Amino acid sequence: MIDLNEGKAAFLNDFERQEAFLSRFGSKGLHDLRRSALSRFEELGFPSPSEEEWRFTPLGPLTKIPFQLSPNGISQRESEVAERLQPMGIAPPDAVLLLNGRCARPLNSAGLPENACVQPLLLALSEKQEFVERHLGRYASFETHPFTALNTAFIGDGAFVYIPKNTTVTKPIFLVYWSQSSGEPTVTHPRTLIVAEESSQATIVEVFLGRPNDVYLTNAVAEVVCGPNASIDYYKIQDESKEAFHVHTLQVQQSRDSTFSSHAFAFGSVLARNEINSVLDDEGCSCTLNGLYFASGHQLIDNHTRIEHARPHCSSHELYKGILDGHGHGVFNGRIHVHPNAQKTDAKQTNMTLLLSDDAVIHSQPQLEIFADDVKCTHGATIGQLDADALFYLRTRGIGKEEARSLLTYAFANDIIQRVRVDLVRRQLEALFLHRHQPTGGRTT
Amino acid sequence: MSTATSTIQEFANREYRHGFVTEIEADTLPPGLNEDVIRAISEKKNEPKFLLEWRLKAYRHWTKMKEPKWANVHYPPVDFNAISYYSAPKPKKRLNSLTEVDPELLATYEKLGISLEEQKRLSGVAVDAVFDSVSVATTFKDKLAEMGIIFCSFSEAVQKHPDLVQQYLGSVVPPTDNFYAALNSAVFSDGSFCYIPRGVRCPMELSTYFRINAANTGQFERTLIIAEEDSYVSYLEGCTAPMRDENQLHAAVVELIAAGDNAQIKYSTVQNWYPGDKEGRGGIYNFVTKRGACRGRRSKISWTQVETGSAITWKYPSCILQGDESIGEFYSVALTTNYQQADTGTKMIHIGKNTRSTIVSKGISAGHGQNTYRGLVKIMKGAANARNYSQCDSLLLGDKCGAHTFPYLEVRNASAKVEHEATTSKIGEDQIFYCRQRGISVEDAIGLIVNGFCKEVFRELPMEFAVEAQKLLGVSLEGSVG
Repeated sequence: MIDLNEGKAAFLNDFERQEAFLSRFGSKGLHDLRRSALSRFEELGFPSPSEEEWRFTPLGPLTKIPFQLSPNGISQRESEVAERLQPMGIAPPDAVLLLNGRCARPLNSAGLPENACVQPLLLALSEKQEFVERHLGRYASFETHPFTALNTAFIGDGAFVYIPKNTTVTKPIFLVYWSQSSGEPTVTHPRTLIVAEESSQATIVEVFLGRPNDVYLTNAVAEVVCGPNASIDYYKIQDESKEAFHVHTLQVQQSRDSTFSSHAFAFGSVLARNEINSVLDDEGCSCTLNGLYFASGHQLIDNHTRIEHARPHCSSHELYKGILDGHGHGVFNGRIHVHPNAQKTDAKQTNMTLLLSDDAVIHSQPQLEIFADDVKCTHGATIGQLDADALFYLRTRGIGKEEARSLLTYAFANDIIQRVRVDLVRRQLEALFLHRHQPTGGRTT
Repeated sequence: MSTATSTIQEFANREYRHGFVTEIEADTLPPGLNEDVIRAISEKKNEPKFLLEWRLKAYRHWTKMKEPKWANVHYPPVDFNAISYYSAPKPKKRLNSLTEVDPELLATYEKLGISLEEQKRLSGVAVDAVFDSVSVATTFKDKLAEMGIIFCSFSEAVQKHPDLVQQYLGSVVPPTDNFYAALNSAVFSDGSFCYIPRGVRCPMELSTYFRINAANTGQFERTLIIAEEDSYVSYLEGCTAPMRDENQLHAAVVELIAAGDNAQIKYSTVQNWYPGDKEGRGGIYNFVTKRGACRGRRSKISWTQVETGSAITWKYPSCILQGDESIGEFYSVALTTNYQQADTGTKMIHIGKNTRSTIVSKGISAGHGQNTYRGLVKIMKGAANARNYSQCDSLLLGDKCGAHTFPYLEVRNASAKVEHEATTSKIGEDQIFYCRQRGISVEDAIGLIVNGFCKEVFRELPMEFAVEAQKLLGVSLEGSVG
């Protein structure tokens, strides 16, 4: 039996060292929140596979690594980051850019509507403390989730986005998290808060990157508050180092008639755990969760989504696709929870997985929990391989086997990619899939 | 209040039809569980030594286990020391014909509408009736014996065919498998045993009726069915229990072994145990382990269940598909009303190549009923070209009930195809309107629609059972169902 709590002490020590610094930001109330989150983390410890929610995601390797909070500011030449961002059309000055969890400088806010605000969280905590604290940590519960507890304990830097009433931000807002390990394995706990007021509209792109082959842990939490009739388009692109660990929780709170859609793409990291919890807390909400992940080598990518239909007349649509190659391991756990009075709920969930190798493993659990009768809820899951007839067809046209497989894999993924409405990001994803993620046909990479 | 609502309420308020207690002098052990009790059971049944050792081993393991908590059901803790683990009707002499059976017992069956005599005359069903724990009468045994089929009570099999019992007992559900299987292994009192030799197609449906009678006796029966190469058997199980205020525990184990190539076993259950009253008091706790192993090539195991009773149902009839090209099937209708809870489903473990499985599960919830489908489909690495199709539909009648679906899909082979689909809905107003237009009353319309909803499963049941199941659902949905 592996003792998962060996690694706990390192984080507790980190907190001790950082406490004085963290307490300078935010009110005493916020710091109390940090402290209670830390003690909750201490109680919970790292979850073991005997816990239902973590059954297929062993954290043993993660807890063995002595992660260190990285120094407050790393001297990082931005060129390396800029190079990675360039294909997506992101220039570092236009994004909130966090290097090892610390924001280098405020972004160039040209092009943002007046009153709208996109800034590093630490800055927002000094400038708009009261407003920020009205939302920060109010939605993402850390009672049962040790990683959220840990992130909450270290609430410091991150990103803050505020879209005022009746405002439309046309340009996508980019939030970029870059990690590297400079010898020692590092850890970051970036926190994001997105507040969209009534009838506002915005597109937000979160990008997680890291220096290839570095060992680090990203433990991020994002809270999104959708006001009445607000519309948020959220994208997440995770292309961390292949040795990195990535834990991300997205907590969405929706008000009346709001629309939230998320498109999550996961390619990087040796172990990734993505959680999305969406609470449809008033009538007329609409929630879309789409996802695409590709795991090869010995990667494990775990997606947990939970949609809470708390009120009547809401709809949700979810489509997650996974491609597994090599010894890749995919976990999908999608839950639709319809509360007793949430009549007229319309919920649809689909999970599709493509297995390209006999060593790949998928655990798929689409779940429906329904306590209201006048609802329309369906879920479906399929697990299969490339269509032999389609492969044959391509081959009869003189297309080589590898290329045919690659084309068909791309076709499978394309469905999700085409839903991305940020042109450059979409093109970059297309390119990634056509060129980089070619199936190895059962050979391990 | 609309007609539909009132009929649904009527349905939810239905009384249990089979609630009566038969006053039969019973030979009952005092409540409590320890090694002495197990020794006493074993001694009473005059069991060979290996079985006693087996029971004790299971008991020792059980004492180290914890009650499982993961199921989506809620109930007060069971006091395992308040249960009497053995209750046999007296007089306990050997019976050769129905005339020797206690007339009161026969009357009980008649009340249930399953008179042995009637069964014997009309349907050609051989019934091995388990009354509380001891098997009282077995019909058609001689006729079956001619063909080499062994169909008898478990205790009898232990006496007459100890080799077969020793070889297969616990080979599919090991005594250490889970909390309730371990408990059953330690204290099981009786059950049915069936052995179909090579090349024999069992000419009739074999059947057992279980009935829990004496108060505070847990029923722990054990069924073992073995089918050799090229054989076929269809086995029916029906369950009822009288009305009791206290919750009674039922923890059975059923093991099916399709041992040879092309062996086929079809196992059908209609479970109508006392579901508790409309306040949710009383009722049976039905914690059952059922599992079959398809060991031969092209062997097949098919589970069909209609679950309308029990306060709590917790069972997952499963198939282990070891033989290449073997087939597993699971068809289920689960109905929960009042405060009934059901957490049921199946496990399909694909090990052999070209194995196939089909899961069709229909859940109907009414009143405050909570209905959960929980199922596992596991494709192991060597199971090339394995194929699974699952369909889980839920029908909700009323706004206080719940329907839940928790499938677990695990695939480790890239040539496997797995599909899962689930829907949850209520009866459409347009459907009822359509029927009403054609002069069909709301009640009949609801009956029609529910029966249509369950049709895929009912048609898997043997004829005699399909009628009973439909009747059962009809009664439950009396004048109502919708």
